[in-house]
Amino acid sequence: MDGKEIIRVEGLRKRFGAVQAVDGLDFSVREGEIFGFLGPNGAGKTTTIRMLVGLLKPDEGSAWVNGHDVLKESVRAKESVGVVPESSNLYAELSALENLIYMAQLYGVPKKEWRGRGVELLQEFNLLDRQDSKFQGLSRGLKRRLTLAAALVHRPRILFLDEPTTGLDVMSARGLRQMIKKLKGKGVTVFLTTHLIQEAEDLCDRVAIIVKGKIRVTDTPAALKEKVRETEVLEIRLNPLSQDLPKQLEALPGVEKATLLEDKLRLYGKSLLGSIYQILNHLNGQGIGVLSIQTLTPTLEDAFVKLTGIDAEIMRVEKPVKMGGPG
Amino acid sequence: MMGKELRIAYYIARKDLKAYYLKPPLISWGLLLPMVFILAFYLRNPKDISEISPGLVGMTMLFSTTSMAAIVISFERRIDALERLLMAPIHLWTILLGKGLGAAAFGFTMALFALILMVFVFGLQVSYPFSLFVSLIISCFAFAFLGILISVGVREVFEAMTLSNFFRFPMIFLCGVFFPILSMPIALQVIGFCLPLTYSVDALRQSLLSHGGVIHRWLDIFILAGFCFLFFEVSLAVFRKRTEGSS
Repeated sequence: MDGKEIIRVEGLRKRFGAVQAVDGLDFSVREGEIFGFLGPNGAGKTTTIRMLVGLLKPDEGSAWVNGHDVLKESVRAKESVGVVPESSNLYAELSALENLIYMAQLYGVPKKEWRGRGVELLQEFNLLDRQDSKFQGLSRGLKRRLTLAAALVHRPRILFLDEPTTGLDVMSARGLRQMIKKLKGKGVTVFLTTHLIQEAEDLCDRVAIIVKGKIRVTDTPAALKEKVRETEVLEIRLNPLSQDLPKQLEALPGVEKATLLEDKLRLYGKSLLGSIYQILNHLNGQGIGVLSIQTLTPTLEDAFVKLTGIDAEIMRVEKPVKMGGPG
Repeated sequence: MMGKELRIAYYIARKDLKAYYLKPPLISWGLLLPMVFILAFYLRNPKDISEISPGLVGMTMLFSTTSMAAIVISFERRIDALERLLMAPIHLWTILLGKGLGAAAFGFTMALFALILMVFVFGLQVSYPFSLFVSLIISCFAFAFLGILISVGVREVFEAMTLSNFFRFPMIFLCGVFFPILSMPIALQVIGFCLPLTYSVDALRQSLLSHGGVIHRWLDIFILAGFCFLFFEVSLAVFRKRTEGSS
């Protein structure tokens, strides 16, 4: 990847009362890439985006978007940016087309293009048949699509997406991801935050893993997986499953990490297969039946668990949807 | 540059008027309440409606502009739509000017409606149409920015309306709406002269009835312009503080 830097962040910090939400971030995003901020809820992802798009003033540090300082030249920086916030916050009383036209007015699109650009976007996002529907009457998925369309009305070079698929059903989320991939094909740089490891793996060229306001590691999903290539992963379906089982198994030699995933237990370690006899013995001693055992190729999720020590289950916890939010 | 910002302020105002003029709190506080007052005073003493008309027009403007300001700020803040404006490449003052313009336009329309009612139904005569027009415009902007100042600190529409009433109701008793300000005790007169509605009613009284002014009507208008500037600057500072530090 050799695109030039289009976003640069140096020493960014933000504190809310006793909570250090963002704690000295340094990173850059290259032109034309999809860059993902991956982390659990409360990691500082949204706070970072809000500082980059001018909604929040950092306590310390600097950031440049498309070559413009976000504090000193905030209006210029905003001109090249489209934002899809976590909540789909267009105007409830306006129709789909009216919302797009209003956005075109706010972003200085020439008057003669307002309607044409609106219709073009509605067509592109399969919303043309809903152009006269009020925003409040649209489904959650359609609201999200329209919010994405609204962010593109002035043809921005950079698109910020904050948890783009939160609260969406599987089909809507899949459709939205395809649209994001298409945008990359058109040369738009995408900066997205997500707590969904699979989403980051599917979409992003590079991923920064952020925990408690600090970036733990930044790399391509393939390189991150490479970091845990030597780690063996075993997935065991058990009956019954007890909550304290991971702790017991982590005490066994060869088991570095154990996590529960629904009705399965996932184990990580460099010499897991060598310890399989002891693991099965332990389970047998507890009266736990083994239904199946599977060895897995490490995924980004495994890399995340290994690099952060955070259970993948925590990442699956959805943020509560705000009123007027993605719904 | 300035032209672009003013144009966008106009788009913001136009959108607000289109989106919110039928909101229930606006109808009840901004339209029904002033109309009920006008009818109540007319039915009580039809002959004296002229004398009280400046106060009633002033009160109509106060309630309708501040109600609209409360809606356009706090309602949009609640549904996070205000962030849309903050993310756009425009200055903060453009947003406030647009919001104020929408509220002032709504108040001006309501005041005009009240005036037409008084002229054509109750037989009121206008003495100085030009100063009447200017005082209506300046008053609407002063009340709009006052409404915005009250609303920038709260999130819910009902909170903004309740807070507005802490200012609106005392004002209608202290600013010469129902009885001349000079007939009140000195302490209350001092408070009254610190409030914009006093100057608005005073300018309207002279423009409509050509008598009964406390100070010259153009001085009233000049002071109202000062209130406009003051409320705009303070609400800009509060708005900036609220938006930059929010989580």
